[in-house]
Amino acid sequence: MKSFTGLVFQKGIFDLFKKLHPSVKAFITISFFIILPFFVGPYWSHVLGYIALYALLGIGLNIVVGFAGLLDLGYVAFFAVGAYTYAMLASPHFGYHFSFWMLIPLCLALGAITGVLIGISVLRMRGDYLAIVTLGFGEIIRILINNMDKLTNGPKGIWQIDPPEIFSHKLIRPIEYYYLILIFCIVSFFIMNRLSNSRIGRAWIAMREDEEAAQAMGVDILKYKLLAFGTGAAFAGVGGIIFAARQGSIFPADFTLMVSINVLLIVILGGMGSITGIILGSFILVGLPEVLRALRDYRLLIFGALLIIVMIFRPEGFIKARRRKLSIKT
Amino acid sequence: MEMELWLEQIINGLTVGGVYALIALGYTMVYGILLMINFAHGEIFMIGAYAGYFMLTTLLATAAGQFSRAFALLLAIVSAMIASSVLAILLERVVYRPLRNAPRLAALISAIGASIFLQNMVLLLAGPRMKIYPDVFPSGSIDLGYISISYIRAFIIILSIFLMIVLYIFVQKTKTGKCMRAVAEDMEAASLMGIDVDRIIVTTFFLGAVMAGAAGVMVGIYYTQINHMMGFIPGIKAFTAAVLGGIGNIPGAMLGGFFIGVAETIGAQILPAEYKDVIAFSILVLLLIFRPTGLLGEVITRRS
Repeated sequence: MKSFTGLVFQKGIFDLFKKLHPSVKAFITISFFIILPFFVGPYWSHVLGYIALYALLGIGLNIVVGFAGLLDLGYVAFFAVGAYTYAMLASPHFGYHFSFWMLIPLCLALGAITGVLIGISVLRMRGDYLAIVTLGFGEIIRILINNMDKLTNGPKGIWQIDPPEIFSHKLIRPIEYYYLILIFCIVSFFIMNRLSNSRIGRAWIAMREDEEAAQAMGVDILKYKLLAFGTGAAFAGVGGIIFAARQGSIFPADFTLMVSINVLLIVILGGMGSITGIILGSFILVGLPEVLRALRDYRLLIFGALLIIVMIFRPEGFIKARRRKLSIKT
Repeated sequence: MEMELWLEQIINGLTVGGVYALIALGYTMVYGILLMINFAHGEIFMIGAYAGYFMLTTLLATAAGQFSRAFALLLAIVSAMIASSVLAILLERVVYRPLRNAPRLAALISAIGASIFLQNMVLLLAGPRMKIYPDVFPSGSIDLGYISISYIRAFIIILSIFLMIVLYIFVQKTKTGKCMRAVAEDMEAASLMGIDVDRIIVTTFFLGAVMAGAAGVMVGIYYTQINHMMGFIPGIKAFTAAVLGGIGNIPGAMLGGFFIGVAETIGAQILPAEYKDVIAFSILVLLLIFRPTGLLGEVITRRS
C-alpha cells in the first residue's frame, strides 16, 4: 500500500514537472544530476560517470540511427579512434604528452572523418546490409588495433595515459570525471535538441521515413547521410578521448561489438530520438547491471530476453520521441 | 611457393568453405522469403556443435566398444540437426513471427537479443571453458598422387556437398520446395494460391537449421574445440558468402561459401595470419560497395 501511495505521489510530481517551461525543466534536470553524486557515494559516482559516458555515446548514435534511420552497428570504431588517438598522443607510449583539451578537437575531427569515410563506402546500402557492413568495419578496426603492434602496442594495450588537467590540477577522482562527462553531455543534449528541430534534423527525419519521397522534396540524400555519419561519429570520438583519459589504460578488448550493441540498445530501448529516453536507456543499460551484481551471470541472459520482449510489446521503445506538431493555422 | 602447398591450402579452403556454405544456406533461404537477416543463425550453428558434442561424449563414454565411431558420429550429426532445427523453429515462433509486420529495426534488434540470450544460455549451461571434441576420426589421409587429403577434410567436403545437393533437389523437385520458391517470389500471391505461408516459413527455418547443425559438428571435429561464442565469426563469414552468391540464391550461397573459404586460407598465406578474419570482412565490404547484387545476381540495395 505504501508503494502505491508512493507511486501516486511520484506521478503527481511527474505531471507537475511536465507542465513546466522547457528551460525550467532543463534547469531542474541538470541541478538534479549535479547534486546526485553527493547522495550516492564514491562508488556510485564512478558508475554515474559510466552512465553519463554511455549517454554521450547514445546521443551520437541517436543522430545516426534515431534521426537519420541508418542502422550503424560499428559505432565502436569511432569510439576506438578517439580513444587511441588520445592514448598515443598523451602517454609514455610514444613519449608525447599533449594536453587533453587540445586533443579534444582532434579526436572530434578524426572521429567525424572516419565516420564520413565509412559513410561514403556504405552510401548505397540500406537497412540490414548497412548493419552488417558497419559491423564488419567495427570488427576490422578492432582487429587492426590488435595487430598493429608498433602503433597501438597490440593486445598489451597502452598504459599510463595522462589524466586531463585543469589549471595544473589533475582530474583523477570519479566525481571529477562525472562532472567532466556531465558537461559534455549537457552540451551534447543541447546540440541534439537544436539539431532535431532544425532544417538538418527535419531532413534526416524525412530521409528516415521515406528516402525517395525526401529526395523528391529536394533533400540531398548523399549530403545528409554523410552529415549524419560524421556528426554521430564526432560524438563517439569525444566519448573515446574521455574514456581513454578516465581509464588510464586501454586495450583492443575494450572495443568489441558489445559496445556498439550497448549504445544501440540505449538508443532503442529508451525510445529513439528522445532525450529522456537516452538518459533512461543509459541508466537501464549501465546502471541496472550494477544493481543486479548478484545476478551477474544471468545479466546478459536476462538482457537478451528483455530485448526480445521489449521489441515485441513496445517496438518503439519506452519513451516515444515526440515531434513538434506543425499545423496549418486557419 | 610450391604447387603442393597451394593445392593443400585450396583443400583447406574448401573444407572451411563447405562449412560456411552450409551456414550460408540458412541465411539465404530465410532472407529469400522474409527479407530479413536471421541474426541468430550463428547461434543455431553453435547449438548444433554443442548437441553433437554432448551426444558424442555420452556415446563414447557410456557405450565404448558397443558403438563404432562412425555410428557415433552419425548419431552426433543427427542429434545436432535435431537440436538446431528445434531451436530454429522455436526462434521463428517466439522471436520472428510476432514481429513479422513490425518495423524492420525491431525484428533485427530482437534477433540480436535472441543471439545474446542463446550465447549466455549456453555459457551458463555448459560453462565458459572450451569444450574439446572427442577424437573420432582416424588421422590418415587419402593419397591423390600430387597431394593427399586427410580423411577429416575429405569427409567434411563430401558431406557438405552431399547435403547441399539434397537440399537443392528438395527445393527444386518436391512440392514443398516449389511452395518455398513461390513464397519467396510473392508471399501474398502464394497465400492466395492456397499455400500455407506460415508452414513454409517454418520449413525454411527448419531446413536452414539442419544444414547449420551439421556444420556445427563439422567445425567441432575439424577444429576440435568449441565455445559459446563460436557462432559469431562463422556467422558473419557465412553471411558474406550468402551476399557474395547473391542473397536469396541457393547455388550462389554454396559457391560463395567455397569462395570465402578458399580466399581466406590463401589470403592467410600471403598476409600475416592474424588478418584472416579481416579478409572475409573486407570482401564483404568491397562486394557490397562494388557489386551489391552478388556474383549470381539478385538486386539488394534498392528495396524498401
